[in-house]
Amino acid sequence: MSFAMHVNGRPTGVEPRPGQCLRTYLRERGWFGVKKGCDAGDCGACTVQVDGAPVHSCLYPAARAEGRSVTTVEGLAGPDGELHPMQQRFLDAQGFQCGFCTAGFLMTTSALDEEQLTDLPRSLKGNLCRCTGYRAIEDAINGVRHTEEPDPGHAVGRNLGAPAGPQVVTGTARYTFDVEVPGLLHMKLLRSPHPHARILAIDTAAALRVPGVHLVLTHHDAPERLYSSARHEHPTEDPDDTRVLDDVVRFVGQRVAAVVADSEAAAEEGCRRIVVEYQQLPYVLDPEEAMAPGAPVLHPKGPESRIARPENNVCGEAHGELGSVEQGFAEADVVYEETFRTQRVQHASLETHGCVVTFEPAGQPGEAGQLGEAGEAGGGAGEERIVVRSSTQVPFLTRRALCALYDLPMEKVRVVAGRVGGGFGGKQEMLTEDIAVLAAMRLHRPVKLEFTRAEQFHGATTRHPFLITVKLGAKRDGTLTAIRFRVVSNTGAYGNHGPAVMFHSVGESMGVYRAPNKKVEAYSVYTNGVPAGAFRGYGLGQVTFAVESAMDELARRLGIDPLVLREKNIIGPGEHMEGPLGEEEDLHIASYGLDQCLGVVREALANDTSAELAPEGWLVGQGFAMAAIACGPPGGHIADATVRLLEDGGYDIAVGTAEFGNGTTTVHRQIAAGALGTTVDRITVRQSDTDVVRHDTGAFGSAGTVVAGKAVMQAANALAERLLTFTAEYARTPRSLLRLGADAVECHGRTITLKEVFEAARGKGVELAADGHFGGSPRSIAFNSQWFRIAVDPDTGEIRILRSVHGADAGRVMNPMQCRGQVEGGVAQALGATLFERVLLDEHGEVTTAAFRRYRLPAYADVPRTEVHFSTTSDAIGPLGAKSMSESPFNPVAPAFANALRDATGIRFTDPPFLRDQVWQALAERRGSHYSE
Amino acid sequence: MDLNTVAELRDARLGGPWRTGDAWLGGGTYLFSEPQPHIRRLIDLGRMGWEPLTRTPDGGLEIAATCTVARLSRYGRQEADWTAAPLVEQCCRAFLASWKIWNTATVGGNLCNGLPAGPMISLTAALDGVCLLRAPSGEYRKVPVAEFVTGSGRKDLRTGELLRSITLPARALASRTAFRQASLYGLGRSAALLVGTLDPVDGSLTLTVTASTVRPFRFWFPPAPSAAAVEEAIRDGIRPEDYFDDIHGLPAWRRHLTFHFAEQIRRELGSPS
Repeated sequence: MSFAMHVNGRPTGVEPRPGQCLRTYLRERGWFGVKKGCDAGDCGACTVQVDGAPVHSCLYPAARAEGRSVTTVEGLAGPDGELHPMQQRFLDAQGFQCGFCTAGFLMTTSALDEEQLTDLPRSLKGNLCRCTGYRAIEDAINGVRHTEEPDPGHAVGRNLGAPAGPQVVTGTARYTFDVEVPGLLHMKLLRSPHPHARILAIDTAAALRVPGVHLVLTHHDAPERLYSSARHEHPTEDPDDTRVLDDVVRFVGQRVAAVVADSEAAAEEGCRRIVVEYQQLPYVLDPEEAMAPGAPVLHPKGPESRIARPENNVCGEAHGELGSVEQGFAEADVVYEETFRTQRVQHASLETHGCVVTFEPAGQPGEAGQLGEAGEAGGGAGEERIVVRSSTQVPFLTRRALCALYDLPMEKVRVVAGRVGGGFGGKQEMLTEDIAVLAAMRLHRPVKLEFTRAEQFHGATTRHPFLITVKLGAKRDGTLTAIRFRVVSNTGAYGNHGPAVMFHSVGESMGVYRAPNKKVEAYSVYTNGVPAGAFRGYGLGQVTFAVESAMDELARRLGIDPLVLREKNIIGPGEHMEGPLGEEEDLHIASYGLDQCLGVVREALANDTSAELAPEGWLVGQGFAMAAIACGPPGGHIADATVRLLEDGGYDIAVGTAEFGNGTTTVHRQIAAGALGTTVDRITVRQSDTDVVRHDTGAFGSAGTVVAGKAVMQAANALAERLLTFTAEYARTPRSLLRLGADAVECHGRTITLKEVFEAARGKGVELAADGHFGGSPRSIAFNSQWFRIAVDPDTGEIRILRSVHGADAGRVMNPMQCRGQVEGGVAQALGATLFERVLLDEHGEVTTAAFRRYRLPAYADVPRTEVHFSTTSDAIGPLGAKSMSESPFNPVAPAFANALRDATGIRFTDPPFLRDQVWQALAERRGSHYSE
Repeated sequence: MDLNTVAELRDARLGGPWRTGDAWLGGGTYLFSEPQPHIRRLIDLGRMGWEPLTRTPDGGLEIAATCTVARLSRYGRQEADWTAAPLVEQCCRAFLASWKIWNTATVGGNLCNGLPAGPMISLTAALDGVCLLRAPSGEYRKVPVAEFVTGSGRKDLRTGELLRSITLPARALASRTAFRQASLYGLGRSAALLVGTLDPVDGSLTLTVTASTVRPFRFWFPPAPSAAAVEEAIRDGIRPEDYFDDIHGLPAWRRHLTFHFAEQIRRELGSPS
């Protein structure tokens, strides 16, 4: 019996494996537009149409497609390449950011009937987007156009579409795993079932006998060297506490062994056959208990590991006092103190972690990932180098870490990111590259390691859970007399980002308020849980939640409008952020929009009628919060960029930072187009590849626009100068009479095409290119505010958001459409963390929420439209007046919501998420009796 | 996801003895959503050719186990002419899963998963559904849906036994219904799903409690019961440990919703305030 089906009109006759789903069948045939988001039917990224009906191909038995016609996103456009109307709409509205979910949205929305289009909450419940907050997707479906095509030289400040848009909507954008590699081997990891154990023995014999298994790696194969999976410009920011494979495991899910095989199936079978003898050790999950005497010690390591107090499980700590808080509280008329807890949250980028390691001849950069087996591409084995194609925010720092780990020279390792399917901080980490490279080097074969969705939960990182005690003292008129924080951050089993997140958490959150007396006591503590890591906001969101909740409560106790209380105590323009841990000298308010952000809230309150939308009998309330964030991490953030004129008269930008939907590529082209007087379509960008520039610290710390963008601006400005100088000489015309046009230099009435300029320069041996560099210092400060009006059903705990308003001070906004998308996405992600997201551990520390059906992400129906208002400021430090706006919109959301919930219910909720059952329970407990008892 | 331990996909029509590691493949939407390392063979029901929906001679409805949720939903919205028809779509919409999943998910699969939040369990239990089960020997037996599901993920299904269909009797189809559902999240998995049915002949009220409890609970009341009678029946009938305790809702909240919705349903179906 021969198998037959059609994919996008083309016949295929290869019989699927008996347990194969349609998703992998299609991807194995090269239809890479079909994405793996969850592999469990929850996210919809793999949606295809079978005989016209949309299905989640990860759940569809491939054999069932026999005799049927399957359409993937690659088959959605007409045979002549004309886009399907829905594809065009997603382009026009820019209904995507990273784009990983887009194919699934297109294959779903293009199949909706009229009735379904009128009920988007239900029609889109099987499609998750982690980036956009859905407003842009809704606009796309409704045919709203946002993109503009401005005149040459006028790109800055306009709504340019992302350069990768056409590839995103046609499923041809190449993400990390969208490559065919001949001879590719697959790695699977065996993970620890115990929260703390010593490995006494590992028997790999049976695993090695599984047909197709090539290699099993255990701690015996791993270097002794300790490192941190966190990536920073300065590796000393993180403790060296991690081994590639360790003989002690410290959390359920830690990798114990790796199996490399011809197929994932064989690698999985190999993992099942490994026999490990563990000696279980005592474990601790609570950070306060972990610091107490007698607690099991996770990392009995020496000072070379840079762990603050290993014997107390204190990974890092900070203590400081400015003035005397004791005196400050004594002087206060009102003192308020409360303890807040934030939960574990996962980044949930739709593309999982992973990498593909290949080899290429040294010195001959090829198309990354399109590489053959070692040696195939020519060149002797001795002259090749390792190429790591990774889902990373930090290609350069990953190369540095791999070289340090395996004693490799930098020129022997190239790290490349394709298009990255979302990051949110989770990919500022080396979680797969280390072990995949080890295997590839051993076998001298290409190796792929791609995390499953479950592994994202128990084998990657989370946001740091925090315990925050805030104490505020104020005079009757609202003047703050003292602020005290006690912060305990749970870094989990490893200290990656632990100390840095802890330091950041108490920085701007306290510094934005003026008070004569301030005190901080902060701990980053090891426990036997899944490690925490970098997450959008980098600790600031957790402490902002606490302090903004406390400020709201203080205002209530003082009987002062919480807006007035803020206005009375916030730092003003020209002031410095003072904190008990010392001032960060390179941090300046180089533009001040906090007053405007608060004005947005005042305005929203003044004209609000949304309370009328509340159902009868529901409790209604409103609340707001604000946040400040430094534009870039402390200690420097480096970006190099090169802009050059090309033979065809276009330009090329080379820049190191990665694109994962943050939109920096769009902004970089706009900045260059502005500087060079051209249009963005004449500019190509090469990026996130250690070959293209000298160095780039990476796409984190909200640095894409203000750091890498500044380097691009410098390079583009310098190139513009060079172009004019060269052309003036060439045309024998005074430079002052020259003007750069879209594709030519206007020379006092004469037009010299850039092609001609290029030829002329080549003739003289001149390369028209220029470099830019920015070290990320000094830094400015960006501000945000968020306001909600909500309604609460006291009978069920259900909460509805009646209105959502956000104020953002991003300096001069480079691309309003895109920046609005960043804000909306931040608000939506924060709403997830406010309303329902929680990574839960059982009593042994095992994650029990390792799938999207157990870890609820905001869906279309959960996210209201947020009105976004930008401040009119222009920054003195950022490129063209711009400031960061990627992490910060997240931070004021949870406290604004908690303050609105307090207003509606009279109850101060201190422990997000604010789930319906818990809100109902708190209301019921206050009423003092349960229904019908 | 790929089920890599599956070595054979076998057409169920071929028959043959049931082996350890066998699993019936209905729509596959559950099986392929989680790792199933214990499964070696999928016995594919995809080609059984069972008529999805059949009216029985006495006016009932026989739903084949392989009937997709999408087919049942369409039938409920467009074809069914009986009084209880709106309940079909209400229950379909109580799925956590997207309507795209409905295109392949089967009614039988939902019953055989036996999860408290399974909305096809709610639907068929509330409409007096009876499961027709076929043993490997070919013998048939019948079990009411409310007894078929015995706990969270537990059901009265013996090794190798197959759910062939669920039959809803004509009298239940003719009943007036009221539906209430709540979830921890908007359009989320049910934390409580209650259905009231008003008997067309004697006016009695039957309350079916699902999702908030580990298995379906049914309560019968003579016409126009009082609030106290309904409350008492639930309090006596559902023990504290019968309320489902998982991450999708606290048991106390589920219990509260059960009483809350029961009273709303009682009133909606015409009992005095």
